[in-house]
Amino acid sequence: MSEQGRVITYADAGVEALREEMRRDDSIVYIGQGIGPRGGNFRQTRGLWKEFGDERLRDTGICELGATGAAIGAAMAGTRTVIDEVFLDFALEAITQIVQQAANISYMSNGKIKAPVVIRGAMGAVRNAGAHHSHTFYNWFANTPGLKVALPATPYDLKGLFKTALRDPGPVALIEHKSLYNTKSVVPEEDYLIPFGDARIVREGKDLTIVAMSRMVDLAAKAATVLAQEGISAEVIDPRTIVPLDRTKITNSIRKTGRLVVIDESPSYCSFAGELLAIAVEDCFDELQATPRRICSLPVPNPFSPVLENQMIPSVDRIVREVHEVMKQVRRVS
Amino acid sequence: MSERVLAEQISQELLLAYYKKVLELRLFELKVQELYRNGRLPGFVHLYVGEEAVAVGVCSNLQTADLVFSTHRGHGHALAKGVPAGVVLAELWGKATGSSGGRGGSMHMYAPEYGFMGTNGIVGAPIPLATGAALSAKVRKHSQVVVCFFGDGAVNSGSFHEAVNLGSVWDLPVVYVCENNLYATEMAFVRATKNTSVASRAAAYGMLGVEVDGQDVVAVHEVAQAAIQRARGDGGPTLIECKTYRYVGHHEGDPGTDYRTREEVQQWKKQDPVKLARQRLLDSGMDENKLQTADQQVEQLIDDAVEFAEKSPEPSAASVTEHVF
Repeated sequence: MSEQGRVITYADAGVEALREEMRRDDSIVYIGQGIGPRGGNFRQTRGLWKEFGDERLRDTGICELGATGAAIGAAMAGTRTVIDEVFLDFALEAITQIVQQAANISYMSNGKIKAPVVIRGAMGAVRNAGAHHSHTFYNWFANTPGLKVALPATPYDLKGLFKTALRDPGPVALIEHKSLYNTKSVVPEEDYLIPFGDARIVREGKDLTIVAMSRMVDLAAKAATVLAQEGISAEVIDPRTIVPLDRTKITNSIRKTGRLVVIDESPSYCSFAGELLAIAVEDCFDELQATPRRICSLPVPNPFSPVLENQMIPSVDRIVREVHEVMKQVRRVS
Repeated sequence: MSERVLAEQISQELLLAYYKKVLELRLFELKVQELYRNGRLPGFVHLYVGEEAVAVGVCSNLQTADLVFSTHRGHGHALAKGVPAGVVLAELWGKATGSSGGRGGSMHMYAPEYGFMGTNGIVGAPIPLATGAALSAKVRKHSQVVVCFFGDGAVNSGSFHEAVNLGSVWDLPVVYVCENNLYATEMAFVRATKNTSVASRAAAYGMLGVEVDGQDVVAVHEVAQAAIQRARGDGGPTLIECKTYRYVGHHEGDPGTDYRTREEVQQWKKQDPVKLARQRLLDSGMDENKLQTADQQVEQLIDDAVEFAEKSPEPSAASVTEHVF
């Protein structure tokens, strides 16, 4: 896929994906709060209500549990749905429906019932929103058999992954990042899909592999630029979907570089970053030149103070500093 | 033949059909109880004994394309919606021929081919799901009606409030059927809420609420018929409260005697749905021999179901990872 197109925002790329898919598939119904005339809290449905109206863009009151369950039930009955939780934090109100019903239904019904529902929500820290509006618990979803999990890091990836999610037979958690909505990249005007389980090599390198997701991809790329000036060649990989995971591309890179650093906005304990370290040990043990490392948010609720929150979340400086430590390590093989 | 005589004959035919179905649900559950107590069935079962008239009265109004969402006490709903007894029993046995191929069991059995959208292990959870299925029918402009069964235990949950509210505000073709058997596990309804009239809660959502004797299959049928017709005619949802009772414990293993009196159980058994349906047939002039023939047919049906389920193969162990996505 060539990257010819216009420069548009992450929010608009999501809108474009939805518009194209809702035109293509008139069974798609979109449910959420403020997603109709208002166009979404993050402008993530701007303009769609004018074209598709109340029938297909269903604003609800504040009832995530009922609305998410309804989106799942509609999907089970043959209507493709999107449930927009707006803030991923609010999906907690509906977690039983997502985990117990949507994720389990294909298996429990022996494959007879599918729930093609996209569970959409924006995660992560933005503008010091505090503990209730900043969670990044996508790893919970990844730990639930039956759910696919996509984490678009760029406008280009959001459009392609969203469109793939809207054609998937089962439930997909499409988790955006709140601080990415105004970021821009080149996005083709035409129809394109990004297959799930296809990682993106953001930058090629030979000295170490950095894997990062969502907003952390940008930080990893910036750190790689700094490191390059110091003569350290970092390969940056964005898995784009963590279920399914492109294990091959990631392990090939680790085998090539012998070093792995994972950047994750979630806390490290029982995290997806931990899973990647386990994969490195399981698949690449003999090739590892240094102890794989996680650079994660500190295990605290998101603080309000900018000083405290900046301390909590990985930064370019911290990534560069810790990569230096990893590069100093030399494994002695007896 | 006068029209009146014809009407009575049809009515007797229908009465016989209701009676046989009520009896099928009863004998099925008693057989499950026996098999379970003898250690033949894995897992856990919640039996429907005493509540049969609700499922039969409601589902006798439905077409195959209509959808039913059920509860943890759902074997009766599956049978009443037309899922063959052998297929239900095979699922309880964990067999490959069960409605979920042995992947579900009592609380997770699905037969969409009969419009049966599942029992459910989570109290309250089917109410949003059924509401969504009705939304689907509406946006697809399909004449499907969705029926959601739940117990009194569900109506104090957030799921009930949020979903019934959405069903009402969106005028969806759904019928909410509360089987008020007076106890949520061991919690008496009168101890769980100040407003013990479930039907009255409909007013809070601007929808119609109706109360009916859940032990009388004909009464349930008539109330459900009106609600289902209204839903099919784009007249919006109805909340039906069926006053009923389970004779058995919450699940097999619960004697059901710690939180209610034996006198109360005996009192309810006087209004037994099987006996009531049978009495209606006798009152209509059906002779005892014909009823005994019907009884034998139902007994045979259950015997056949046991044979089918027992002889069915286990799922292949290697298939454990299939159908996750």
